[in-house]
Amino acid sequence: MMRFIRSALVIARRDFSATVLSKAFIFFLLAPLFPLLMGGVFGGIGARVATQTERPAVAVIGLPADFDRLAAARDRMAQAIGDEALVKIVGFSPDGDLATQEKRLLSARQPPVRAVLSGGLSTPHLTGALGGDPATVAQVRLLIANARSGDSAEPPELPVTDLPVSSGSMVKDRAVTAQIGEMLLFFLTILLSGMLLSQLIEEKSNKIIEVIAAAVPIDAMFVGKLFAMLAASILGIIVWISAGAIIIQFMKHGGVATLPPPAVGWTGFLLLSIVYFAMNYLLLGSVFLTIGAQASTVREVQTMSMPVTFAQVLIFGFAATAIGNPDSAEGMAAAIFPLSSPMAMLARAAEQPEWWPHLAAILWQTMWVALILRVGAQLFRKTVLKSGPRLPWWRFGRA
Amino acid sequence: MLRQAQPERIDERFAVQAIDLVKDFGDMRAVDGVSLEVPTGSIYGLLGPNGAGKTTTLRMLLGIIDPSGGTRLVLGRNRPLDAAPEIGYLPEERGLYPSMYAREAVAFMGALRGLPIAEGRRRADALLAEHGLGDWAKKPIRTLSKGMAQIVQLLGTIIHKPRLIVLDEPFAGLDAINQAKLEELIRRETRNGVTVIFSTHVIAHAERLCEHIAIIAKGKVAFDGRVDEARAQLRSIVRLRTRASDGPWRTAIPAGARREGGEYVFELPEDGPEPLLKALIDGGAGIETLAIERPGLHEAFVSIAGNATAAEMGREKPE
Repeated sequence: MMRFIRSALVIARRDFSATVLSKAFIFFLLAPLFPLLMGGVFGGIGARVATQTERPAVAVIGLPADFDRLAAARDRMAQAIGDEALVKIVGFSPDGDLATQEKRLLSARQPPVRAVLSGGLSTPHLTGALGGDPATVAQVRLLIANARSGDSAEPPELPVTDLPVSSGSMVKDRAVTAQIGEMLLFFLTILLSGMLLSQLIEEKSNKIIEVIAAAVPIDAMFVGKLFAMLAASILGIIVWISAGAIIIQFMKHGGVATLPPPAVGWTGFLLLSIVYFAMNYLLLGSVFLTIGAQASTVREVQTMSMPVTFAQVLIFGFAATAIGNPDSAEGMAAAIFPLSSPMAMLARAAEQPEWWPHLAAILWQTMWVALILRVGAQLFRKTVLKSGPRLPWWRFGRA
Repeated sequence: MLRQAQPERIDERFAVQAIDLVKDFGDMRAVDGVSLEVPTGSIYGLLGPNGAGKTTTLRMLLGIIDPSGGTRLVLGRNRPLDAAPEIGYLPEERGLYPSMYAREAVAFMGALRGLPIAEGRRRADALLAEHGLGDWAKKPIRTLSKGMAQIVQLLGTIIHKPRLIVLDEPFAGLDAINQAKLEELIRRETRNGVTVIFSTHVIAHAERLCEHIAIIAKGKVAFDGRVDEARAQLRSIVRLRTRASDGPWRTAIPAGARREGGEYVFELPEDGPEPLLKALIDGGAGIETLAIERPGLHEAFVSIAGNATAAEMGREKPE
C-alpha cells in the first residue's frame, strides 16, 4: 500500500508541477475574468437595447378626467406588484372619427400601441390584437374597476413590526444558498474536471506511458493524475474565492455576512463545500480520466468533450431537484446517485442542519471514486495496453 | 487460460524465468509458448526480426501487459511490478516529457522506481556530467538532440542501480560513437553483477555483447542458450590452398567441397582436422594455407531460424 501511495505521489508531483509552473496556468487563473467581462459587455448591450425599446402601451381615448383616474389606479397597483409588471397606459383626446383614430393609433410606432381603450370608464371597450394576451385584458379590467372605486380603493393603514428572520424567509434564503452552492459546485467542476479528459494524451503521444506502466501500477497513475489536477484546481479556487470575497466585501454593503446563512452554519457549509467539491471532482474526474484515456489524439478528446459536457448538465439538472425539498423521492435519488450526490448533498447542507447524512454520503462517494478508478485502470490496461485475458463483463472488476 | 501459479521453486541462478508464455491480441497470436531462462549477471540477447514477438515478450516479462497464458518469474517474483524498484527499462519507443529538465527527467524515472527525488537529482547531476551532458542538466528535453535525449533516458533507466536492466532495441537511433559507449555501459553494469536483457534485430550487436541468446521467430523460441552453443550447432569451415593441383591427397577432400578463388572450402569432417592433415601431408598436397573458421552467429542464426528469417534481418542493417 505504501508503494502504491508513493507511486501515486510521484505521478501527482510531476503533473502538479507541470501544470502549476507552466505559463498556461496564469491564463487558467484569469479564466473567471472572461465570463465576468463577457457578462459586463453583453449586460451593457442588453440594458441599452432595453432602454431604447419602448414597451407596447394601451392607448386610452377619452376625457382627461377619466385618464387621470385610470393613471391614479395604475399607480396604486404598481406599489403592490411593481411598475414593470403592469401594462403601460397613454392618454389621447378624442379626435374626430373614433374608428379612424383607433386605426391610426394601432399602427403608430411611437409609442407602439398594443390596444386602444375607448368609451371612458362608464362604457369601456378595448380594441387590439389581444388574442394571445389575456393578461393585458385582465389588467385593464382591474384598472377600470380600481379607477371606478376611486379613493375608496385606497388600501388601509397596516402597522408593521419588522423581524430579522421568520420560517418563511429562512426557507427561502436557505434555498437561495443551496442554489448558489450547487451552481458554484457545478460550474467549478465543469470548468476544472474537463482538463482530465486530455490528461493521458501527453503520456500516450510521447510514449512515456511504457516507462510508467513498467514501474508503477496503472491504478496509482490514475490516482496520481486525478489528485494532481484536484490540487491544481483547489489552488485556483482558493485564488478565485479570495478575490471574490474581497470584491463582495467592497461592493456589497455589509460584505459576505449579508449572504443568506445555510442550515449547518457558515463554517460547516464551507467545510462541506470543500469536501463535496473534492468528491464531485474526483467522481466526475475519474469518469473523465477513464473516457479520456481511451483517446489517442487531441481531436478525439475534443470530439468527446461535447457529449461529456451535456452529460454534466443533465447530472446538474438531476441534482437541482433536491433544492427546496431534499427529503423528496427525487431529492433522495439525487443524493444516492453517485455522480449527482455531492451537489445534492451540498444543497441539503444549506437547508437541513443534520450532519450524519453527510458522513454517510462522503463514505458512499469515496467508495464510488475508488470503484470508478479501479474500473478505469482496468479498462486502460485492457483497451490501451491490450493487456490481460479476455474476461466476461461480470468478472471485469475482479481481474 | 492465464496461469498464476508460482514455478515449483525459485532458482537464484536465473534472473528471469519464463514458461510457455503466450500472448494473443484478438485473433492474432503474437507470442506462442515462449520459455526462457536468463542467467543472473549475464548479458542476454533476444534476437529476431521485427514483429517476431521480442517486444511483446519483454513487455510481458516487465508486467506492462499480462500474458494470455504461461508464467514468468522476474527476480524471484511472479508479479513483475513487485520487482519494479530493482528493474530498469528502456522501451523501444523512447519517451520523455519535452518540458522537463534533463536532470528532472532522470530523477523522475528513478522516483518511479522508488528512489527518493533528492537522491535522484544528486545522482542525475553526477551521471549527466559523467556522460558529457552536465551543461544540459537544467535544459528542457525538447532542446536536446535525439541522441542526447536517448542517453538521458538510458541514464534514467540505471539511476536507481537496478539488478536487472531490460533494453528494447537500445542501439536504434544511436550513432557509432554512442553505440560503443552504450556497449561499454552494458559491460560495466554486468561487471557489477547486473543482469542485462536486450532485444535487437542486429546480429552484430548480439555477437559482440551476449553470452546467452534466445532466437525468436514468429512468436516462438527457436534457440535459447549460450552463443558458443549456437555456433557449435554448425561445423567449422576449412579453407585449404595447396601447391599441388592433383594427387592421391584429393581423396581426403570431402565430396561436398567447393572451390572459391583457388581454395577448397568445406565443412570440417566429423573426425576432426588430424586425419585430414595426415592425408594431405602423406599425399604430397603441399599445404600453402589452411584455415579452420568457427561459424559466426549469423551462420548459426541462418541454420537455426531459417534462410527466410535471416534474409529479413539482413535487410535491417545496423544503424
